Amino acid sequence: MTATAIRTRTPAGPRKRPGRGRRAQYRLAPLVLSGLSIVLFLVFFVWPGSLGLIYSFTDYTGLGTPEFIGLDNYEKLFADPTFYQSLTRTLLFAVMSVPLMYVMSLSIAALLVSNHTKGKSFAKVVFFFPWLISPIVAGVVWRWMFGESFGFVNYLITRLGADPLAWQTDPDLALMVVVIAATWGGTAFNMLIFIAALKNVPRAYYEAAEIDGANAWQRFRHITLPSIAPTSFLVILLSSLGAMKEFAMVQALNGGGPGTSNVMLIQYIYETGFKRADIGYASAVSMILLLILLTIALVQMAVNRRQSA
Amino acid sequence: MSALTTAPRKANRKARKTKELGAVVPMTTFMWLLAALYAFPLVWFLLSAFKPGSELFQYPLTILPENPTVAGFEKAWDRFDFMLYFSNTLAVALTTTVLTVIASAMCGYALAKYQDKLWVRIFFICLLATTMLPTEVILSPTFLVIRDLGMYDTMAGLVVPSILTVTGVFMFRQFFVSIPDDIIEAARIDGARETGIFFRIMLPMSRPIIMTLAIFSFQWRWNDYIWPLIVVGDERKFTLQIALRSIVGAENIDWPLLLAASVMSILPLVLIFIVFQKYVMNEDINAGLKD
Repeated sequence: MTATAIRTRTPAGPRKRPGRGRRAQYRLAPLVLSGLSIVLFLVFFVWPGSLGLIYSFTDYTGLGTPEFIGLDNYEKLFADPTFYQSLTRTLLFAVMSVPLMYVMSLSIAALLVSNHTKGKSFAKVVFFFPWLISPIVAGVVWRWMFGESFGFVNYLITRLGADPLAWQTDPDLALMVVVIAATWGGTAFNMLIFIAALKNVPRAYYEAAEIDGANAWQRFRHITLPSIAPTSFLVILLSSLGAMKEFAMVQALNGGGPGTSNVMLIQYIYETGFKRADIGYASAVSMILLLILLTIALVQMAVNRRQSA
Repeated sequence: MSALTTAPRKANRKARKTKELGAVVPMTTFMWLLAALYAFPLVWFLLSAFKPGSELFQYPLTILPENPTVAGFEKAWDRFDFMLYFSNTLAVALTTTVLTVIASAMCGYALAKYQDKLWVRIFFICLLATTMLPTEVILSPTFLVIRDLGMYDTMAGLVVPSILTVTGVFMFRQFFVSIPDDIIEAARIDGARETGIFFRIMLPMSRPIIMTLAIFSFQWRWNDYIWPLIVVGDERKFTLQIALRSIVGAENIDWPLLLAASVMSILPLVLIFIVFQKYVMNEDINAGLKD
């Protein structure tokens, strides 16, 4: 419709615009179109990123002039037990939640594309629903489920005759709850990605394998998994990066508690940067986290390349 | 020859059919068991929101509220300033969504259709790199930038920094890459301006992407916690998530209020989801994006 409108305005025949104007336009157009994004990218990514790198070598507190103190922040950081605690807690969380998330979202996706399940379209809505829930509300929902004296889980445990578990006051159990809540919240999206991938695996492969007498597990292991390898890579990469950034949900679930035992890296950065106004130090932690994220990404890419080669 | 093989094949098919039926029951049961597991926390949460305060902690727990009440919701509405936080969040989410869609569409088109320019390709790689190095990580410097721009505690501070999302740009880029260049060439020959081609031809074609990104962006902004947390200081400017967090962070959690306010905060997204389901759960568009 719009195309015809343009056509009627400029009748066919020799071009009205001279070649040079056309070329200038072609040069300028991408700049005009992406200008806003470029400015936003520079202002809200490059600028704070460089500031962070610079401040990590200073004692800046947000006010006054930052003083250059070399690698002091990094030295302090590597000698700081609270930093190590939060780093190991975050890594532990990632190591537990990423495989769980992967298994859950892939199994659910497999069930949702299987020929052997009924009521798939409704089940899909049920599984997808947690995507709508914000991390804060998700934290509240699970806090309510795992309340020590009032939660449903402990009620169920006591009804079954066991002693209630200290979901809020035991650091390891509290981390378990965080893992469960994170898996619950993250399944929906990964599930969608997997459904798309599973639907793209050619049917003929399965039929051929079936004729050769492969059972369901063998078909899954030798056809499905290799076929969706790129998707698995994507999901694992994004989930690990996401796990390292976990913050909001924990804030509502237990605030990094009990005490400071489950303070993850972003919360640690937030608290040193904003509550203690130690921006230099917080920036140093940020740089370390960036390095970790980069390492995770590069290692996974390397592994992925070696597998596909 | 064929007469010999048909009989066993028929038997074989029948055996396969019963075998398949044998698989349907356990697999369907397993799927619905998982679904129940995923749904239960929310159902329990929702039902609890309708319980009066006294019943919430009263043993034995009951699944259904014995005396259903909406007192919690009334309290959230009156005492918690729900309307204020709600409208704050709505204003931020809507403004950002509109700007995100426009910026992403323009940028995605530029990245898709002007790839012969070196700087376009470099910018695309830079954008992709930001998924690895997200802004959550550089919280305090970002705060300083916002402060120095005079955006602290303003609506602009909530909106402007979240306009650019790599996911959005990527979605549009992938879509426009799939549109054949012939359409552009034809429009060029007809004398259309470059920007005109985008706004009059390409943008209307990308309607499904616009819808999907709009819903995603609205969800991201509605549920966002970290930006409002660092940008907003004044309680009157709180978004819903920050306000909810302030109830959870209190020494004694007011559970009836928290349950009701949380349930109410979800409703707009549920409504959007019900209406625009096909755009949200469209796997083909969603592949490869996440925020």
